[in-house]
Amino acid sequence: MSDRLSVLKTYKLFVGGKFPRSESGRVYEVTDSKGNWLANAPLSSRKDARDAVVAARKAFGAWSGATAYNRGQVLYRVAEMLEGRRDQFVAEVADAEGLSKAKAAAQVDAAIDRWVWYAGWTDKIAQIAGGTNPVAGPFFNVSSPEPTGVVAVVAPQESSFLGLVSVIAPVIAGGNAVVVVASEKAPLPALSLGEVLATSDVPGGVVNILSGRAAEIFPSLAAHQDVNAVDLAGAGAELAKELEVAAADNLKRVVRPQPVDWSADPGTKRLMAFLETKTVWHPTGSLGAGGSSY
Amino acid sequence: MAFDYAPAPESRSVVDIAPSYGLFIDGEFREASDGKVFKTVSPSTEEVLSEVAQASADDVDTAVKAARKAFEKWSALPGSERAKYLFRIARIIQERSRELAVLETLDNGKPIKETRDADLPLVAAHFFYYAGWADKLEHAGFGPDPKPLGVAGQVIPWNFPLLMLAWKIAPALAAGNTVVLKPAETTPLSALFFADICRQAGLPKGVVNILTGDGSTGAALVAHDGIDKVAFTGSTAVGKQIARTVAGTDKKLTLELGGKGANIVFDDAPIDQAVEGIINGIFFNQGQVCCAGSRLLVQESVQDELLDALKRRMSTLRVGDPLDKNTDVGAINSAEQLARITELADSGVAEGAERWAPACELPENGYWFAPTLFTGVSQAHRIAREEIFGPVLSVLTFRTPGEAVAKANNSQYGLSAGIWTEKGSRMLAVADKLRAGVVWANTFNKFDPTSPFGGYKESGFGREGGRHGLEAYLDV
Repeated sequence: MSDRLSVLKTYKLFVGGKFPRSESGRVYEVTDSKGNWLANAPLSSRKDARDAVVAARKAFGAWSGATAYNRGQVLYRVAEMLEGRRDQFVAEVADAEGLSKAKAAAQVDAAIDRWVWYAGWTDKIAQIAGGTNPVAGPFFNVSSPEPTGVVAVVAPQESSFLGLVSVIAPVIAGGNAVVVVASEKAPLPALSLGEVLATSDVPGGVVNILSGRAAEIFPSLAAHQDVNAVDLAGAGAELAKELEVAAADNLKRVVRPQPVDWSADPGTKRLMAFLETKTVWHPTGSLGAGGSSY
Repeated sequence: MAFDYAPAPESRSVVDIAPSYGLFIDGEFREASDGKVFKTVSPSTEEVLSEVAQASADDVDTAVKAARKAFEKWSALPGSERAKYLFRIARIIQERSRELAVLETLDNGKPIKETRDADLPLVAAHFFYYAGWADKLEHAGFGPDPKPLGVAGQVIPWNFPLLMLAWKIAPALAAGNTVVLKPAETTPLSALFFADICRQAGLPKGVVNILTGDGSTGAALVAHDGIDKVAFTGSTAVGKQIARTVAGTDKKLTLELGGKGANIVFDDAPIDQAVEGIINGIFFNQGQVCCAGSRLLVQESVQDELLDALKRRMSTLRVGDPLDKNTDVGAINSAEQLARITELADSGVAEGAERWAPACELPENGYWFAPTLFTGVSQAHRIAREEIFGPVLSVLTFRTPGEAVAKANNSQYGLSAGIWTEKGSRMLAVADKLRAGVVWANTFNKFDPTSPFGGYKESGFGREGGRHGLEAYLDV
């Protein structure tokens, strides 16, 4: 029994709710922290990135139009599904980041809890970020947050799973669709997350996960005219500057890379970063001279 | 019979414009380091109003250093003290509002009716509003102890010179920042008068610095290593250039840029009210408004009725001397802007749209453009896509609400939109689908310091006004 040869997994991309290989047919070798072979991951091309944007844009309308309550339940469902596959992710994170089993478990547990945190935010953020404004005139005036659109994300390079979840969840909690480029050297937990999302009621295309080299494929996302915002969390300083310059072409919202402790309370910063504020005015009219005085 | 209006000019004697002005740095006026100056003219007469200093890169450096030095004490003041300075400023603006209204009309060319009844009251209100925030920042929802950013570099446009100054300076100071502000090249005077208001208010030196100059001054300011924040209102092209300039730095950026606002009129709209809204939407401030309702989307079934009424109303607009209290449409701000409007309007004709303007006598001197309307406009026409920033309305039609929304959103911009309908559910449904930062339903061009303003897409990012407007000046 102990000599049984295990069945290896073919890791694939997650785009539009499906699991394609890279259209380029390329893969690259992924190793653990000691250099042992773990798997071959797809080496995504710029075409894969563009396909992912198309999938994300297609999904954006329905996802942004879903009720906040519904989005919250879907995000909570992700946590439920992850909990059931906890051991798998602990093993993958341990391999990917060279962590002890206990430390990897802490990362996975925090990531699961992060989905729960953001699940609860979906139907509260509008009351925190919006509200009525007491304008000096006979008008009803209300400001509400709305999702920015399609957000492209460079996932953190070191924190392959907790960091990844910490940048994806706030984007979709707010009603955006996301294209994320996983940690280059540790993409396997990200690619496995796609399998969880596929069984979590997350509509296809809301989250799209690519593996490969950010320096190769992200410039085309940063310059893409149908991408509304970028989170450069996992980009080095030089690449980040290049990407921010490209993002200016259609004035994408940009979150610059900063040192982040992914284990700490995330706050609402990343949630707010991908929300627009819409303010609507309407006259309140008048009941006339004989109107109500309560 | 036609009624004639007798001239009703506002007196110029209330404002005393000096023959020349320096830069306002560290609490005092000084000449530019290289002695360069330029003239500012009244766009309605081409009369030279004054000569102002052209700030050099060295002057930018001096001003930023003064602001940095002032930041230490200003940011350490109790919020309640900063608040009182801002309340003082608001009150002095109210006291001097007639003077400032006349000055603004002279330097900008917009009707006194607007500077008196819109610009100046909003300027004072903006300072009054943000004054009250200065000692309440911990309640603003940005954490228990939100910090200012430092020195803000602010570049503002010529269409609402003093109002844009207020939108920039009031929240910046309330949050504890100090500022270096560059007014537009063609409208420097009201910012220089504001410097005098800072003096009267006893504002510590260096907290507000005003640098007059052209685009090169603005470019030097946003690129300066010593600033922590860039706030810009102006064209989308310049906004993109600024975004590239600050890429890779720690400078926080907010941009309020161009627009091509759709004003959507449904068949059940109250036509007379809609016409007033359309007129206000595109002819307020000669259409030189980033949130102008420059695309009229009218439901096909009421097109004829609406356009007849609109043309009738356009024929009653009084174009001329901005200082005349009966003037509705004043002068275009500059020869350069007039050339841009003219070129785009000509392209409308060349591309096959039908041009109409009421008979209207324009003054001989100055920069003038008659209120103009284009029908038969397609979505591909330049006059439907590009921001004209002038009194030119492009009319398109639609049949269904879905088509109206699709056409309204078919733009690189996303700043404003208007909806005219008596049906509440339709208004809310359409407002929900519009990708625009400000939606006016059964009204247009309403502004208030408590109401966040700013765009989606290439109209920029960040909000000015309200609680939201504080975020741009806090380290959050």
